[in-house]
Amino acid sequence: MRHLFSFWIAHRTELASLFGQHVLLVAGSTLVAVALGVPLGIFSARRPRLASPLIAVASIVQTIPSLAMFGFLLPVPFIGGVGARAALVVLILYGLLPIVRTTIAGLRGIDASIREAGVAMGMTPRELLRQVELPLALPSIVAGVRVAAVVGVGSATIAAAIGAGGLGEYIYRGLSMVDTTVILAGAVPAAVLALIVDAALLWLEKQLSARRRSGSRRAAVTVAAVVAAVVMLSSAAAARKASGAIVVGSKNFTEQLVLGELLAQTIERDTGLPVDRRLNLGGTLICDRALMTGDIDVYVEYTGTALTAVFHQPVSSDSSAVFDTVRTLYAKTGRTLLPPLGFNNTFAILVRGNDARSRGLRTIDDAARESPHWRAGFGYEFVERPDGYPGLAKTYGLRFPDPPRVMDLTLSYRALAAGQVDLIAGDATAGLIMGLDLFQLEDNRHYFPPYDATAVARAATLLRYPQVRTALERLSGHVSAADMRAMNYAADVEHRDVPVIVREFLARTR
Amino acid sequence: MPVPAIEFRGVSFARPGQARVLDHFSLTVESGDVLALVGRSGAGKSTLLKLVNRLLLPDEGAVFVEGRDTREWEPIRLRRSVGYVLQDVGLFPHMSVADNVAVVPRLERWAADRIAPRVHELLDLVGLPAPEFAARWPDELSGGQRQRVGVARALAVDPPVLLMDEPFGALDPLTRAELHGEFRRIQSRLRKTVIIVTHDMGEAFALADRVGVLEGGQLIACDRADVIAASREPLVRQLLDALPAIPRSSTETPLPFTDVSRPSTGVVQAFRPAGEGGPEGPHS
Repeated sequence: MRHLFSFWIAHRTELASLFGQHVLLVAGSTLVAVALGVPLGIFSARRPRLASPLIAVASIVQTIPSLAMFGFLLPVPFIGGVGARAALVVLILYGLLPIVRTTIAGLRGIDASIREAGVAMGMTPRELLRQVELPLALPSIVAGVRVAAVVGVGSATIAAAIGAGGLGEYIYRGLSMVDTTVILAGAVPAAVLALIVDAALLWLEKQLSARRRSGSRRAAVTVAAVVAAVVMLSSAAAARKASGAIVVGSKNFTEQLVLGELLAQTIERDTGLPVDRRLNLGGTLICDRALMTGDIDVYVEYTGTALTAVFHQPVSSDSSAVFDTVRTLYAKTGRTLLPPLGFNNTFAILVRGNDARSRGLRTIDDAARESPHWRAGFGYEFVERPDGYPGLAKTYGLRFPDPPRVMDLTLSYRALAAGQVDLIAGDATAGLIMGLDLFQLEDNRHYFPPYDATAVARAATLLRYPQVRTALERLSGHVSAADMRAMNYAADVEHRDVPVIVREFLARTR
Repeated sequence: MPVPAIEFRGVSFARPGQARVLDHFSLTVESGDVLALVGRSGAGKSTLLKLVNRLLLPDEGAVFVEGRDTREWEPIRLRRSVGYVLQDVGLFPHMSVADNVAVVPRLERWAADRIAPRVHELLDLVGLPAPEFAARWPDELSGGQRQRVGVARALAVDPPVLLMDEPFGALDPLTRAELHGEFRRIQSRLRKTVIIVTHDMGEAFALADRVGVLEGGQLIACDRADVIAASREPLVRQLLDALPAIPRSSTETPLPFTDVSRPSTGVVQAFRPAGEGGPEGPHS
């Protein structure tokens, strides 16, 4: 609890900005959903044959997991891509169903004799709708708006995955850092926001169903005023970088956050250009699309990942060949691959630092000699992957007496340090390698494909701002695996702030 | 000869896929007359009213209001010149009593300073003093008070024609008798052309100058109340005997039917528990 409060106090400006973005996302999407959903509900309430299919479609839309929805929308021009616009589209789609449904229910629930009285008194359909049907359906419609808004508060946390900001950013950051405090820093305000929205709209709903016209008018004015005030405050709080900035992206795990921040600070310091950070994007595919569409200008990719996941080429273990292939493929699609940063985030075969020193172990070949009296422990993925354990054992002639123990990747570092196993396959840049004094054996037979970290940027951006290219090239070769491990360690284990870690690193290297 | 206020000329009407409700039905109502149409449930009484204000159009024949075929009337215009009182009143629950009465004047875009005195006047007319009742809500009124608001609302823009669909059907006998008196008082002042449909022969005799009997989609009798009550026509006789009645209060004019046709059953009917609608459903 204390951690949580000190985190909020330390990040109060950022918290206010993320909270503001969250409110704007929810308020904006709910307002548009009302503007679309109520007319749609009115339209279909009068056409029963239309209403059921419409509700069926809307229900199906709502069952699509939001992350999948963002995925579908990525390639769609104009509304897709990454950023607040795509997030709004998704939130609007989610908000439509409850609003359409309750609008239909509210209109259908009106007593036939009341409607008949209106018609018989000579109301035109429009007058009947405005003076009788809508006022009577209003409590029901507001109930739908309440559901839409509360669900929207929850869904908007996922919008952080496509760089739309909001409180989800803390949740994703916390998840990638396995830091409960950071998760709670985003989750608690989101929950509070949901409760406030729920209570406020419930109050409005009650005011409206009390059938007191003057009362409901006052209630409507109150709510409108509160919404307006909240939206204005939020937009003030949410206001971030001006447009025309260089947009730096990153994927959603600690190392990527560090690298994104590294690119951002480097560009800021060397060129003086404003930088907009769209960190924590939901994965390789999203980053790649964002770079294609120009939603981001630059991010750090790994050559092996680009080769297989982005360009669907066969795996190769020749690091410079992979780099050349990927650079050519990027160039064909308007992107420029900069020289590698200097570390390779591939699988790392790890042993205890003590063993390495006492037995003079340097390469995996050295370890193969020891394997007959060693125990190995591997993560689930490594045991299954074609470029994982089976190929490794064959290439190096590993002969463990027992089959390797399969365990959680993070646990395997600790199991190695505690002497429960003697060899594991970890991440080359994991902070724990440093924290637990582990040693990475050299892949002397080049079994693992290269995953050299390297910045990839939009060619157009580099053409327009040549100083950005110069700045990024100056980073090349200056981030070693040890540097990366140290920074990951500072973020993951010491829970230090990423911008601070990066600032210190840049101060050291200049 | 003046144009009749309302005329049905050979009107047939059937709901889609159902038997004919009206079969070559003809009827004339003179201006300023009160006509009560009596018939059993499903005899087409409500349908008749809806044909007058063009909520429905006839399949055959024509309905004339003020000498003009309802097909030629602009429906909104027609409905605003025909007051309509429903059995379940249909007051708008989200509007105060005053706002309910002011609906049609507002639709007609009257100025606010013309609406307020008119609402005041109408509420006084129906016996609901404006200072006490104008700001109330429909759910704060008794059934009889709601029905009075319904009448005031129907009269708001002073339409020449008033249609009343089982207007007092859901009320207890005492309230009903009271409202019958009110109705006659109002009608003696306003002289509207009124069609009332009811399944209650007693109500018909209490309110109307003329009574029409509806059976099998046709008008089998239509005459002055005392003539109908004394009718020897077998079908009319049968209906008269089958229809329920309410007792007359001493202030009301004695009716031929209580003296002539059902001297004993009326007493039994009087002790029906309040709120029980009678042997028929609320709609006809």
